[in-house]
Amino acid sequence: MRAAPAVLSWTLICATGWMALAAADTPMPTPPRGKGEQCVEATDVMRRDHMRFLTHQRDETMHRGIRTQKHSLVECLECHTRKDTQGQFLPVNAEGEFCDVCHDYSGVTMDCFECHATTPRQPKPASARSSAELGSDISFRLRITP
Amino acid sequence: MQSTNAKSKMNCQRRKFIGRAGAAAAMLTLAPGVRLVDLALARPADEPASDKVRWGMLVDATKCAQGCTECVDACNEEFGLEGMGRPKTDAQYIRKIDLKDKTTGKRYSLPMLCQHCETAPCVDVCPTGASFRRVDGIVLVDKHICIGCRYCMMACPFKARSFIHENLTNQVPEAPRGKGTVESCTFCVHRVDRDREPACVEACTRAGHEALVFGDMNDPGSGLSQRLRELPNRQIRADLGLNSGVRYHGV
Repeated sequence: MRAAPAVLSWTLICATGWMALAAADTPMPTPPRGKGEQCVEATDVMRRDHMRFLTHQRDETMHRGIRTQKHSLVECLECHTRKDTQGQFLPVNAEGEFCDVCHDYSGVTMDCFECHATTPRQPKPASARSSAELGSDISFRLRITP
Repeated sequence: MQSTNAKSKMNCQRRKFIGRAGAAAAMLTLAPGVRLVDLALARPADEPASDKVRWGMLVDATKCAQGCTECVDACNEEFGLEGMGRPKTDAQYIRKIDLKDKTTGKRYSLPMLCQHCETAPCVDVCPTGASFRRVDGIVLVDKHICIGCRYCMMACPFKARSFIHENLTNQVPEAPRGKGTVESCTFCVHRVDRDREPACVEACTRAGHEALVFGDMNDPGSGLSQRLRELPNRQIRADLGLNSGVRYHGV
């Protein structure tokens, strides 16, 4: 009977240790650090609410022309894109890059980058379409009214 | 023209000319025609666009050079528009049109772009509200809401809109573009919001043609309003009563 508390405490110690060990074993996403010391909000707030900030800012910018930088997706790219060895920006949603790491971990698909740029603006090779290729639509009828 | 726009009232308070004496002085010291865009107010980034302003453009077709595509090239560069090898469906925000009067043989060259109508047919027909007119007169597509039905493309009398048929990559930061949405000239709204003029206007001026003038139609003191008063000008398809924001001289 005297041994019972000892057994109980031993069990507790084992259980706690196992849980700690298990937590350490759980692979956590480790996104690359952005520029600077601190993001525009506290890290835990950004983790939880970045999509809300982005959606809110999206409508404010699109419909009202408010272009504050704080929650702007374009500004995210400025801090959270990295460059490769050739000095070219890596897409922020590329494998192992900032957005991808957590979104891949949590299995959440991003739609942002079907339309939005994944890197800050960088000089492109001369692949931009020439106006000759564009062509002028001569068939367009301009109706001159008196 | 002046009679059609009910909002075209002078708004000196908004312009705060006295407070902007420096800007006014800067405008005056420049030779006429060198700086045609009015120095718009430096609107703070956190302030919404104002309905006191109506952005507009004057195309001076007498200065628009045959064969010149500076405006088109600048637009393509600004928005990262690239051809898919199908000129008939490739995205174009601005295009050059060559016209010939069959009777007289007189040739015209002019750019055609979204006319940023006050009563825009594209906005009328849009079933989702994606196509909308911002309070300062710029007609835009909210691609987050656009379902790609293309009613607006059919409604537009100017063939100003394009549809994106392919998955795209390498978009530029200021111009999100994606498959399944309609798009058109935005008057370079990302520039206008930062008190810059549209890329086409900048390019035309840089090329020395000065055929494009951009500014606030509601401000009687703007470079645009002055030119609109001086030069005979017209709306394309004025018969539709759209009160377009783009006016043409010499057509």
